[in-house]
Amino acid sequence: MFIGHFTERPYQDPKSGYFGATGRSLMDLGMSNASYDPKLGADLYNRYLDERVFAEEMGFDGLMLNEHHSTPFCMGQVMNLEAAILARITKRAKIVLLGNILPIWDDPLFLAEELAEIDMISRGRLVTGWVRGTGRESVAHNAVPPYNWERFQEAHDFIVEAWTKPGPFRWEGEHYHYRYVNPWSRPYQEPHPPIWIPGVMSRNTVAWAAKHRYPYLMLATELQPTLESFQYYDEVAAEAGYDAGTEHRGYLFKVHVDETEELAEEAGRKYVQGPSNPFLEGNQGIVRPFIQNLPGLTQRNNLLPTMRSFAAAASRGRAGQHLKEQKQEAPPPPPKDTYTDQTEKLSIISGTPDTVIPKVRHVLETLRPGTIFFWDGDGAMSHDDQMRSLRLMGSDVIPAVREMADELDLKGPFESNPAGDAQTAAEAPVEGSGDAATQAAD
Amino acid sequence: MAEAVSYTEGELALATGKIKYLEQGAGPPVVILHHSWGSPGWLPFHERLGETHRVIVPDMPGWGGSERPAWARDPRDIAIIVTRLLARLELDNVTLVGLGFGGYVAAELATMNPSPLAHLVLVGSAGLQPKTGEIMDQMMLSHRRYIEESFRNAEAYTDYVGEEPPDDIRQLWDLSREMTARVTWKPYMFNRRLAPLLGDLDVPTLIVWGDKDKVVPFECAKQFEAAIPNARIEVLEGAGHVVELEQPDQLASLVGNP
Repeated sequence: MFIGHFTERPYQDPKSGYFGATGRSLMDLGMSNASYDPKLGADLYNRYLDERVFAEEMGFDGLMLNEHHSTPFCMGQVMNLEAAILARITKRAKIVLLGNILPIWDDPLFLAEELAEIDMISRGRLVTGWVRGTGRESVAHNAVPPYNWERFQEAHDFIVEAWTKPGPFRWEGEHYHYRYVNPWSRPYQEPHPPIWIPGVMSRNTVAWAAKHRYPYLMLATELQPTLESFQYYDEVAAEAGYDAGTEHRGYLFKVHVDETEELAEEAGRKYVQGPSNPFLEGNQGIVRPFIQNLPGLTQRNNLLPTMRSFAAAASRGRAGQHLKEQKQEAPPPPPKDTYTDQTEKLSIISGTPDTVIPKVRHVLETLRPGTIFFWDGDGAMSHDDQMRSLRLMGSDVIPAVREMADELDLKGPFESNPAGDAQTAAEAPVEGSGDAATQAAD
Repeated sequence: MAEAVSYTEGELALATGKIKYLEQGAGPPVVILHHSWGSPGWLPFHERLGETHRVIVPDMPGWGGSERPAWARDPRDIAIIVTRLLARLELDNVTLVGLGFGGYVAAELATMNPSPLAHLVLVGSAGLQPKTGEIMDQMMLSHRRYIEESFRNAEAYTDYVGEEPPDDIRQLWDLSREMTARVTWKPYMFNRRLAPLLGDLDVPTLIVWGDKDKVVPFECAKQFEAAIPNARIEVLEGAGHVVELEQPDQLASLVGNP
């Protein structure tokens, strides 16, 4: 099993009015950066990097980064920069990018170059994921939404080729054009860094990931629809002629551990007290459906079962569609206590190791993922909250989960190669293809 | 929204895809290009004009019932296809009317193929970057809000659309917005390569603007007037951006006597 750590790195500004238990809701893309305090930003970026270093020390296999734009809920504006720093200041953990937002890159050669540098500096610890981005990202970087899926696929194909095909070569595609592709950097791993795909609702993306044999990671979706979405992946895999295994399934979920149940509840409640985050149920803020559903960005139908959850649908600006499909007149009344509600449905797991470990086991038994990420240290959680949790993760939770995973035979993508019989990164010869590159260039 | 009258539905197969259009009347031809949110059907404005003219209202390629040219990347591509439509319908002496985004397409068409045109009528037309202000960005508004802003005020919107738009109109707005994004997401609703080409346009041009237009600044009317040699402006008081819905008789009268 591969066990990773994740936080959105929220911009926590206690003076802002949108922070803490009584903080006001934010409207997505409705917040001016006039109040942004770079000195606070400096503290937070450094804090989050320090926490990642400590997470590695505590035994996490992977440090997951993500990226959002023009919003305080995620400080990962340029995730690759953080990844480059982690490449240098960590030693062992994989740096897992979930992921770069391909369609917003007008020049994906830069991306191929950056990621190859990160892979080299980390000596082969990069896991690179790709996403299509939400409407927020298309607006912020002004990428034409109807071409999002086409650009995603073409940028992917281009980057893999830039990494694996000896240059120089020419690329004349639909959306990308290069007269000289010959990046003077190549990934450390052969044939290239592992590619994982995260997602929430698009069946297209699941099918695409399954056809490529890329592990698919579901992001904090509810258990039963997540299982059904994995089963859809399995079906596509079977049609493509292979049996998907645990190495193809990843799951991100909110887990916090603490020294006492009281502290665990106090910190756990902070998941829903940071700056509004459409992906953090209970503190989703005001989602604007027309921004999440920009014209042509995503399909109006052909969605995963995860959209049966009102919270998931609402986070993607599809509350109205959800109600219509579920034949309901009005949204379900919000729970009296969203924290308790989420702990009951295991959307949030917070407690001492003794209470957390059985719940994690339930998730593992239900979904059978080979990769998990604990989403912690988010919302309004302080550095101390995060450090207490990381310590207990290291001493109690991670060792217990590893035992469980062995018992349940949950193999991660570094134990069982998702690409099947193809060579794993560690096995592939590095020098041979370097020679080929030289010959072709000659 | 449409009146039940005697218009006919036509269809033409071009190499770039099927084009659907509505048609009524006899006399000098008037071709009307719809807003970015698509053609809502046969309107009183069309009906008034149809009393004296042959009125043709196409769904532009990619909108409504006309097939999407998936390769199109620019309103100029749409204009080229509309020129093919005019040719295939063997239209001459045409009064070409463009509403909002349709005006952008009409102006592009006129720069490339003025010969079948007798008159050009640009109504609240997009296409030029306003020297002051901005063209309202529908992509940052809900469908409902954008259409509401297209009327002179919220009451006028409710009078016309009702409290909640019916599902078919919602779907038309949604699909139309996608096609709009495909050709004019950026730059949004203007082309810096258009104004320089308007200088040689020898088609008499009428520029009509509602004085309550909140979508395209009146500045653009003046810029069109300055760019086109034989152009004049008519302002309709009390009308918003959707002049054809708010003042159909007045607009029909102007188009009929440009």
